[in-house]
Amino acid sequence: MDRMPPWADAVLVPLFSLVLAAILSALVILAIGESPTQAFWLMVDGALMRSAGWGYTLYYATNFIFTGLCVAVAFHARMFNIGGEGQAMIGGLGVALACLFIPFPHWIIALLFVTVAAGVFGAAWALIPAYLQATRGSHIVITTIMFNFIAAAVLNYFLVNLLRPPGSMDPATANFPEATHLPTFQEMFSTAETTLFRGSPANVTFFLAIAACVVVWYLIWRTRLGYEIRAFGHSETAARYAGISPVRITVVSMLISGALAGMMALNTTMGEAERLVMNATEGAGFIGIAVALMGRSHPVGVFLAALLFGFLYQGGAELALWTDIPRELIVVIQALVILFTGALDNMVRMPLEKIFLSLRRKEA
Amino acid sequence: MSFLSKTLGTVAALALSTGAALADPALIYDLGGKFDKSFNEAAFNGAERFASETGGSYRDIEIQSEAQREQALRRFAEAGFNPIVTTGFAIANIMGEVAKDYPETKFVNVDGWLPEVPDNVLLINFQEHQGSYLVGMMAAMASESGTIGFIGGMDIPLIRHFGCGYAQGAKAINPDINIIANMTGTTPTAWNDPVKGSELANAQISQGADVIYAAAGGTGVGVLQTAADQDILSIGVDSNQNHLHPGKVLTSMLKRVDVAVFEAMSAGEAVETGKFMTLGLAEEGVGYALDDNNASLVSEDMKMAVDTARQQIIDGDLEVTAYYTNDSCPVLDF
Repeated sequence: MDRMPPWADAVLVPLFSLVLAAILSALVILAIGESPTQAFWLMVDGALMRSAGWGYTLYYATNFIFTGLCVAVAFHARMFNIGGEGQAMIGGLGVALACLFIPFPHWIIALLFVTVAAGVFGAAWALIPAYLQATRGSHIVITTIMFNFIAAAVLNYFLVNLLRPPGSMDPATANFPEATHLPTFQEMFSTAETTLFRGSPANVTFFLAIAACVVVWYLIWRTRLGYEIRAFGHSETAARYAGISPVRITVVSMLISGALAGMMALNTTMGEAERLVMNATEGAGFIGIAVALMGRSHPVGVFLAALLFGFLYQGGAELALWTDIPRELIVVIQALVILFTGALDNMVRMPLEKIFLSLRRKEA
Repeated sequence: MSFLSKTLGTVAALALSTGAALADPALIYDLGGKFDKSFNEAAFNGAERFASETGGSYRDIEIQSEAQREQALRRFAEAGFNPIVTTGFAIANIMGEVAKDYPETKFVNVDGWLPEVPDNVLLINFQEHQGSYLVGMMAAMASESGTIGFIGGMDIPLIRHFGCGYAQGAKAINPDINIIANMTGTTPTAWNDPVKGSELANAQISQGADVIYAAAGGTGVGVLQTAADQDILSIGVDSNQNHLHPGKVLTSMLKRVDVAVFEAMSAGEAVETGKFMTLGLAEEGVGYALDDNNASLVSEDMKMAVDTARQQIIDGDLEVTAYYTNDSCPVLDF
């Protein structure tokens, strides 16, 4: 037995990574002459102590759940889909086209149809890299990241030349019709006496994101397709020997991955802006990679990691508002967390494993 | 007890009202960031001038994402900042929405457009095509090769608007002039990509361009650098960029965002809202920069021709076509 218990793997490693990242961030803040404790409390206060802060934290978390799941599903088939950004952009185009050109009578019907549209558009954008990987061996990392740029160009073309309302300078579509308005947390949870989640963008798609977590869990661990995806991911040759078609699994898992990324646009485009803007994705596609790594590609882990990153984003915004910590340093702090939880995983894991091993030897 | 609480109440009300009367202004920069050496930095300079001349203070934020636009607006409004000044057209839409929730707060935006302007919103626009026309004339007069360049930032109508004015000015001097126009990119990163700016400048130089106008935010720094290295002339934008490479920058197309921000902040809560304000040559909202750094480059003829055109535009004798008029440029294809 050369492994540590599962609970240590799932809880201790991320926790230690976080603490290390926090210590380093504190040093960075100290170095520019601000108080780390004050900064930390400002982040906690802004992100978690007020309902409006939670509204933003959960809004960001919704994005990261979708993109985290997107990366996680592809990971299970041992593919590194870093095209979540582009797939979400094109998903946003699907959302915008559906919202603008289909006269929906009610938001529930709209949400159903638009979810499908977002998923189909996102999946379609993942299809070409998936096909090239499956049949031509073009590496998925290279093709998906290149497709991000193509997606940005396609979106730009649509927004500047086709969907921009006359007279407007902003490369954005017109506002979506009233019927496609999704209920925000403010509308759902506020009572007559108290306004909760005032002005914050969190909306009903958060529950859709939770549903997506459940569906992905069921798909990966409880269906035949999920088994095939995992088998393919662990050993392609064994999967091939078992009669699993590599082309089919590569394409199907990328389609699911792309659809999940596309659905992120529901939150940003239909839920928040209620029109399609140029950079609606805001790098969430890339954050999804860190979220999936930190969450060990498990939906529960993805959900928790997405919450953490939502907190970091919202807390970072509060820091930018009320302190003189420059924007670049806030990005540095966020990047430190990504670095420690994602990339430097083994730095924490190996010493921990040694400790557990020596403990076990003593017992034996 | 009741007397005490009443007095305390009055004191509190007084404190509140004086607090409100002395409300600080706030400034929200667009995604390009505070120190882009161009558009946002001009806003920052205006705010700094306000702080040093009036002894007042202000709070500012460089937003990181789209969702933060609304957040920053609301948080500043709730904290009692007034007026709230924002830069860039992208925030205008959400500002119009937020403004309705805070009728006591004045909102000012530079570059934005709204179909209907709420009562507490002021939208400041610049006639960039007029200023670009003037620097286009200067470019055509300074060019020896008969080829000049234009490098835009992100490919959006606003930047085509700059390029279109520039092309019209150049054609007015030399109808046969060859104008090479390139955009840096199609995403917001195009505002801050000096390396790409440098590559584009090199490409245009190899096609014979000997004056290049950069309307590209932070990307323009790379264009100006390459132009100076290759010993050709460049034209800066928004802020006065003549000093970046003395003797190598022909002029800068000034867009006085700093003046707009300074005026709005100085006016405080009394700032007039509920309307568009258009600043062109007549209001000195746009213009070209002339200082010690480029004095040797601008000949008397050049200055005279440009000043004549300037007066003609102000008097209405000369019409520079805006790109927005029918979303195309009469003299340049993008």
